[in-house]
Amino acid sequence: MPLWHDYHTPATVEEAIQTLARYDGEARIIAGGTDLLIDLQHTMQGRHTLAALVDVTAISEMTQIEEQDDLIYVGAGVTHTGIVDSPLIEQKATCLVESCGVVGGPQVRNVGTLGGNVAHALPAGDGTTSLTALNAEAEVAWHTGQREWLPLLQLFKGPGLSAVDSTRDVLIRFRFKASQQQEGTAFKRIMRPQGVALPVLGCAVWVKLNDSGDTYADAHICIGPVASIPARASEAEQALIGQPTTETTLDAVSHTARETLHPRTSKYRSTAAYRDYMIETLLRQALPLAVERARTGVAQAEGVGMG
Amino acid sequence: MTQLNLTVNGQSHELDVPQSRTLAEVLRYDLGLTGTKIGCEEAECGICTVHVDGVPVDSCIYPAFKAQGKSVKTIEGLAAVGADGAEQLHPVQQEFINHCAVQCGFCTPGLIMTAAAMLENNTSPSQKDIKIALKDTYCRCTGYTSVMNAIQSAGGIMRGDGPLPVNNPAVEEATANISQSHKVQDIVDRVTGRAKYTDDYKFPGMLFARTLRSAYPHAIVKHINTAHAKALPGVQAVLTAADIPGENIHGLVHLDWPVMVGEGQKARYMGDAIAIVAADSQDIADQAMRLIEVEYDVLPVVDSPVFAHTPEAAHVHENREDGNLLKHIKVRHGDMEQGFAEADVIIERTYRTPTTEHAFLEPECAIGIPSGFDEAHQKLTIYVGSQIPYQDRNQIARAMNLPDEAVRVRGVLIGGGFGGKEDIAGQIHVALLAEATQKPVKMLYTRQESLLFHPKRHATVIRIKTGAKNDGTLTAVEAELYGDAGAYASLSDKVMTRATTHATGPYNVPNAKIDCFAMYTNNPPSGAFRGFGVTQSAFAVEQNMDLIAEAIGMDPTELRLKNAQKVGVTTATGQLLRESVGLIETIDRVNIDMRGGLNGSFRWGWREGDKAYGWGIACAYKNTGLGGGAPDKSAAEVEAFDDGHVEVRTSSADMGQGLVAVLAQCAAEELGLPYANVRVLLSDTDLTPDGGPTTASRQTYMSGNAVRHAAANLRDALSTIVAEEYDQPPAQLRFEEGLVRVNGHSIQFGEAVRLAKKHGLATRIMHEYWGPQTQPLGTGGDMHFAFSYATQAALVCVDLNTGDVHVEKVLSATDIGRAINPLLLQGQIEGGIVMAMGNCLTESYIVEKGVPWSTLLARYKMPSIKHTPEIISRLVEHRAADGPYGAKGVGEIPSINTSPAIANAIYNAVGVRVFSIPVDQDALLRAMRTNETEVHTAWHDVI
Repeated sequence: MPLWHDYHTPATVEEAIQTLARYDGEARIIAGGTDLLIDLQHTMQGRHTLAALVDVTAISEMTQIEEQDDLIYVGAGVTHTGIVDSPLIEQKATCLVESCGVVGGPQVRNVGTLGGNVAHALPAGDGTTSLTALNAEAEVAWHTGQREWLPLLQLFKGPGLSAVDSTRDVLIRFRFKASQQQEGTAFKRIMRPQGVALPVLGCAVWVKLNDSGDTYADAHICIGPVASIPARASEAEQALIGQPTTETTLDAVSHTARETLHPRTSKYRSTAAYRDYMIETLLRQALPLAVERARTGVAQAEGVGMG
Repeated sequence: MTQLNLTVNGQSHELDVPQSRTLAEVLRYDLGLTGTKIGCEEAECGICTVHVDGVPVDSCIYPAFKAQGKSVKTIEGLAAVGADGAEQLHPVQQEFINHCAVQCGFCTPGLIMTAAAMLENNTSPSQKDIKIALKDTYCRCTGYTSVMNAIQSAGGIMRGDGPLPVNNPAVEEATANISQSHKVQDIVDRVTGRAKYTDDYKFPGMLFARTLRSAYPHAIVKHINTAHAKALPGVQAVLTAADIPGENIHGLVHLDWPVMVGEGQKARYMGDAIAIVAADSQDIADQAMRLIEVEYDVLPVVDSPVFAHTPEAAHVHENREDGNLLKHIKVRHGDMEQGFAEADVIIERTYRTPTTEHAFLEPECAIGIPSGFDEAHQKLTIYVGSQIPYQDRNQIARAMNLPDEAVRVRGVLIGGGFGGKEDIAGQIHVALLAEATQKPVKMLYTRQESLLFHPKRHATVIRIKTGAKNDGTLTAVEAELYGDAGAYASLSDKVMTRATTHATGPYNVPNAKIDCFAMYTNNPPSGAFRGFGVTQSAFAVEQNMDLIAEAIGMDPTELRLKNAQKVGVTTATGQLLRESVGLIETIDRVNIDMRGGLNGSFRWGWREGDKAYGWGIACAYKNTGLGGGAPDKSAAEVEAFDDGHVEVRTSSADMGQGLVAVLAQCAAEELGLPYANVRVLLSDTDLTPDGGPTTASRQTYMSGNAVRHAAANLRDALSTIVAEEYDQPPAQLRFEEGLVRVNGHSIQFGEAVRLAKKHGLATRIMHEYWGPQTQPLGTGGDMHFAFSYATQAALVCVDLNTGDVHVEKVLSATDIGRAINPLLLQGQIEGGIVMAMGNCLTESYIVEKGVPWSTLLARYKMPSIKHTPEIISRLVEHRAADGPYGAKGVGEIPSINTSPAIANAIYNAVGVRVFSIPVDQDALLRAMRTNETEVHTAWHDVI
């Protein structure tokens, strides 16, 4: 049975919304399709043939990366490779390059998009974890015709459940603050070589140091999965702010994170106890890296392609 | 309908195709560019990689209309056409051939296209660059070392520095054709996409088939309603058990597997076929399958071999005296009481190994052509990539109620097998559908169906007790094995026998008592898989060896040397080893490489920062040939033509290991011909004599011998006639360099053939080679006519922060008797090692109460190029007297001892021993943090 019937490639967001409306819930947005086609083929097969796919990767405002007034805008249709290859993002939102760089292999990164990663609404999507630490916002075109910027986390309604209805609405792009002086980011994750390619645990951090570079002035930490939707580790963030960039602080923030985050056991993926250990492992890898980047202003993404 | 406009390999196309097509479908089925292979439809395996506007993508999940207006390059478009019109291979194609980076060839287009895209941007790739670029492009055969060499060599050519030297292993002595790394015939086809596998064949009016399988692991099929499916337009046939003209049964050793489960009969696992459909298109066949209604009476599930042996377990096969016990296999040797009484130290532990999946990259496919379809198909003909064509024929004929001779099985190229293409898959089903519809019918399994259906490696639980004296002398081994045979016997009897007889390890063990219980369950059947049971027992035996060594304070290498089998030793099955036992030399060779001249300062384990490193060593042996008293024979035919070339024919299968080269080398050697003058035809039950099953590492030995003798007989026949012509004694004749030389004269080989024909002599000679007689287990005689031996050492790095285990290096030395084709042989070793790393570190086919969880390739990770360690492999050549030129088997031996070598290395690195695989980094780290020294759970126990 075919997985879909018609294939549309609109040139504008409005056209995409209209096309979806015409199919009244029987059509779906496709970006790279690297998750969607597998879902259609293997999970939903037999239940339904979609009337149409609406490909948003030819919509130019959805495929741009640009910087405006210290904000970086990334189209939802930008591929992971597009992000990895962007010197702007590597310099000013390094964690996003590091997270997009470990998704799949090159064939998947060449096609799969950041928007698709977010729309898939996994609690620990690699791109999502970094966007959360970057305090990103997302622009959505609702089927009502309205466009709206909203905090990224508001898109997440549950595991695999997004506020953006991909049979009616369009996730257009993301924006977040570019790293300034004394600011740095990093992303690290733990994988296992067996089973489904979902992280055991992922961690993205954004830190801002004081002028002398020896104290955390501000911090965002996202570690997941620890709940059904991504979330900031606010107690751990609080344990950093105002503290010196020392081993003792790392000890303290690791302790707080382990005390306050309560990861669960996921079948064939990780025990809760292991994830608990990994919280510390990840913070000890990511925080010093982000601090170093904040201090030196030099940011070279690590681990790209090594996922 | 919107047209699809594409430029493919420089040619523009305007296509009226459904918008639901994927790019792979358009390329393969609409444009006939079958070089692009489909391996999973999950973006996991990468073998469907093509370039879209220069960028590599997985074409199997790329909607064709996404490529609207774009330029696509496939494997067929990679080579250039020279000024003279000749094909000029791309350097990466050329170097894949030169470095022997091609085995079965099914993944090759994907590897080459992915590599070519990388080389466009970087002609000096490091190994790390290659690992990043090819991370998600799988190869199940090569182990990737040769692939990396080939790509770097191609880069050298592209940047003008020239190719890299080929890493040809050292051999003792070479002749014109033996111990030469000749290339497999038609190898160019495998790098250009021209090589045709079953799904690449098309016949006029061909229909597409699907199989409806059981909804439950254990249930009685009460009623099947096919009316709705039959009524669907485009459906040509829907068949059930009631439509089988012959016997509704098949099986390789035991006939216990129904072709389809009929009404009132029992489904015993979720792969059991209930009905089959043939339709005008694959989509219609899919749709029809969903319209078949089946009513079941669900039965309790038998989900493990240990449970299967209890009185509470339901019987998987009704009316069997032994209930779920398929076979109790026993080894009895010496006096156990005395053996353990003599021991100063006794180690007893329990080990667990998982069910694993072959994951050959070509899913099963069969095409049936009805008898009398056309000139070329007078008989019912089945096209299939099979390891045992003649047994396929026999099983098809039984179900079709035809004599064997009325069926023709035409083997085509096989996209990997590893033991997984020995059992019947769709062969009988397409025969039934082809005859019912009188049309050609193709049955291509999806990857997901392949995962569900075919027999796997037996999961085992092995309790083993080893006794030794303080000086290291082994005194006794007692073991109890449980093997999960699954729903049908397949080759379980033989596989579990091998696990049992090899459970002493390759050592001199004077007293042994080994019991193995092969049990029926409602899990997918288990059968042949490279290593054939020995992979499982070696995991237990070789770790117990290290535990003994530690307990008595002896170096693990010393302990193995002290007890190693050698000529004069009698095995636990009562076989006196008379020749070709190179184990000690393999230990010595690996030991030298491992210690690297650091004898004094060598350490088994050490730490550097957050990393712990450890070496581990393990030995293995594996029989060549069927053994155990089974008549083992192979027939081959050699025909000479007066243009000077020769054709070799046998039904033996080449699934990528390179048998065609080995057989051609044997013929060329005997006839003194240039290698290129010999062609090999395999796997056609009408045109090639029966070479027997391609299993048990037996074909180099068995079919190699058959060809050698056939060619020698042909040479002798030609000698007689040439000798007469020149009036010289035949012994004076020399066959060399394509000539027959006699007393200063020489004539072309083809001339000699002409002469023979003129005198009415046969120029086509068949030889049926019978392997040396073997004896059944328990009779105390020779169970096998040859054993290969191997030692491996693994260097692992364990991340102390995550528990992650990485294999840095594997050293191997393998006694294969004689290396007929050293480079192909090295490919077997490298591929076997990496496959075994999967067995130890990544792979487990998980079944929950009879219901597979591992339903997707995404849920069954096998080693990718990023796992590939540095591999140094040495060949040891203790010739086997009866083997061709001294050769014995190599197919399985490399993947037997890697897992215990890694497990021993992990222990030496971090002080934690792993008793269950695949290694769970989660449990390993928790053990390290809590100072536990043993881990008894594996990845699949994380629940």
